Amino acid sequence: MRLTGLITNTGDWLRGEGPHHQIVVSSRVRLARNVADRPFPGWAKKSERVEVLEQILQAIESLPTLSDRYSEYLQDLSAMEKNILVERHLISREHAAKGAGSAVVLNMQQTLSLMVNEEDHLRMQALQPGLQLVETYAIANAADSELEKRLDFAFHPVLGYLTACPSNVGTGMRASAMVHLPGLVISDQMNKIINSVNKIGLAVRGLHGEGTEAMGNLFQVSNQTTLGEAEDDIIDRLNKVILQVIEHERHAREILLQRKAVTLLDQIGRAFGILNYAHSINSKEALNMLSVMKLGIDLGIFPEQARLAVDELFIETQPAHLQKSSQRKLSAEERDTLRADIIRAKLNELPDPDISNVSGGEDSQTSANDE
Amino acid sequence: MLCDVCKDKEATVYLTQILEGKMQKVNLCESCSKEKGVTDPTGFALADLLLGLGAAQEMDKGSDSQRCPVCGFTQVDFKKTGRLGCSACYDTFSDGLAALLKTMHKGTLHAGKSPERFREQRRLDVEIQTLRESLADAISMEMYEKAADLRDQLRKLESEAQA
Repeated sequence: MRLTGLITNTGDWLRGEGPHHQIVVSSRVRLARNVADRPFPGWAKKSERVEVLEQILQAIESLPTLSDRYSEYLQDLSAMEKNILVERHLISREHAAKGAGSAVVLNMQQTLSLMVNEEDHLRMQALQPGLQLVETYAIANAADSELEKRLDFAFHPVLGYLTACPSNVGTGMRASAMVHLPGLVISDQMNKIINSVNKIGLAVRGLHGEGTEAMGNLFQVSNQTTLGEAEDDIIDRLNKVILQVIEHERHAREILLQRKAVTLLDQIGRAFGILNYAHSINSKEALNMLSVMKLGIDLGIFPEQARLAVDELFIETQPAHLQKSSQRKLSAEERDTLRADIIRAKLNELPDPDISNVSGGEDSQTSANDE
Repeated sequence: MLCDVCKDKEATVYLTQILEGKMQKVNLCESCSKEKGVTDPTGFALADLLLGLGAAQEMDKGSDSQRCPVCGFTQVDFKKTGRLGCSACYDTFSDGLAALLKTMHKGTLHAGKSPERFREQRRLDVEIQTLRESLADAISMEMYEKAADLRDQLRKLESEAQA
């Protein structure tokens, strides 16, 4: 099936309410696999890439879990369509840069994505809402177990699954959770968290992974190493760390409410004001303001029903999604205007911030003393 | 004291770093310290130097013209891209990669999932390894009766593994 249908609705992972969904947006697990004794995509000639691609696509097509699927050659996708997939985290930026000889296959729920001839011959990625790393791994693992019956994956008795980059060898697994940490950012504790997570062999990265900026107070926590530790152990360790990060975030929010209620309410009120009344807003500002709105919902300042609208705006205000909704290529200025229009329309039913549970003379007094 | 890198000249630069609670020391001669960028404290990590002491150098050891027989990839290509050519490259360049993998990962032996067709073999490998260790223990503790028993079990498994 063609991709056009899929693009019109966002994936199930956005809609579902997984465990700890207030702080953990999504869980992701990807497995890297290669066909034995065939050159890796980066080193293969085009004809060799096409050959491996067809072999893998044939195997994928026989998977029962993917009997209904979207399947596209990368050269048949427009730049906008590729970027939409990137913005939804369904393919990597590296994969979006590929053309002939590469393909992407997605299930209908947009929770399983198979990238063929990215850096490795096959990268299988499962995506679930909230903190569900064990379940997410199970989905990717099941696809792997089915495919290994049909494909001869490169495997070494000592080194495990062999990958183009030695940093992925072993399990070939990268497990990650996308976490929303406005409390830790506002209270200036993020560096401390990043340092301590790094020390135990895990990584904290920005919104789109390696080398990207953290926007909208969104971070990805993932395993750094893939060799010498079993998949379950890696996931268990990651899970424990993420639960701790959640605790720190909750604590940071409580402290902010107690000691800096005015600062917090000011930020939430300003975000509400800007998003409701701006007529031009860039992507970064929009994400940061939406993040503060999300925090407002978590704190009960905005009604719970607003959550889906805000979560959808995180995706719909990204550049490629805007271009899709306008059906043409937009200049940066046009995008900023359209982004502001979409946000105003979507948030216009939102009631004014309800601060009855939060504010109080004493709190603001304390806060004034603190500053 | 000789330099830890070239093992030729006298060391004049002594470095100590505590990483993950472990203290690491390295002694370098003047020219090696410059080459490793020790003079530039911002661009230098002792761990990279120590653990990776090789990564870059080991890869130099084999000649640059060494080619993977399966895909024709060379070490020069690896230095350029940081990616390997095909799965067989892991055997072709195994000497150099060993040091690199050690710096990158938690261990050097895969501990996770294996494809179905490798599973039986892996189970035997693990059992044989465990038996070998118990056998060595038994011998060192002079428990010869137990050792003989373990040896018989080991022989049986080894013949199974070869079958």
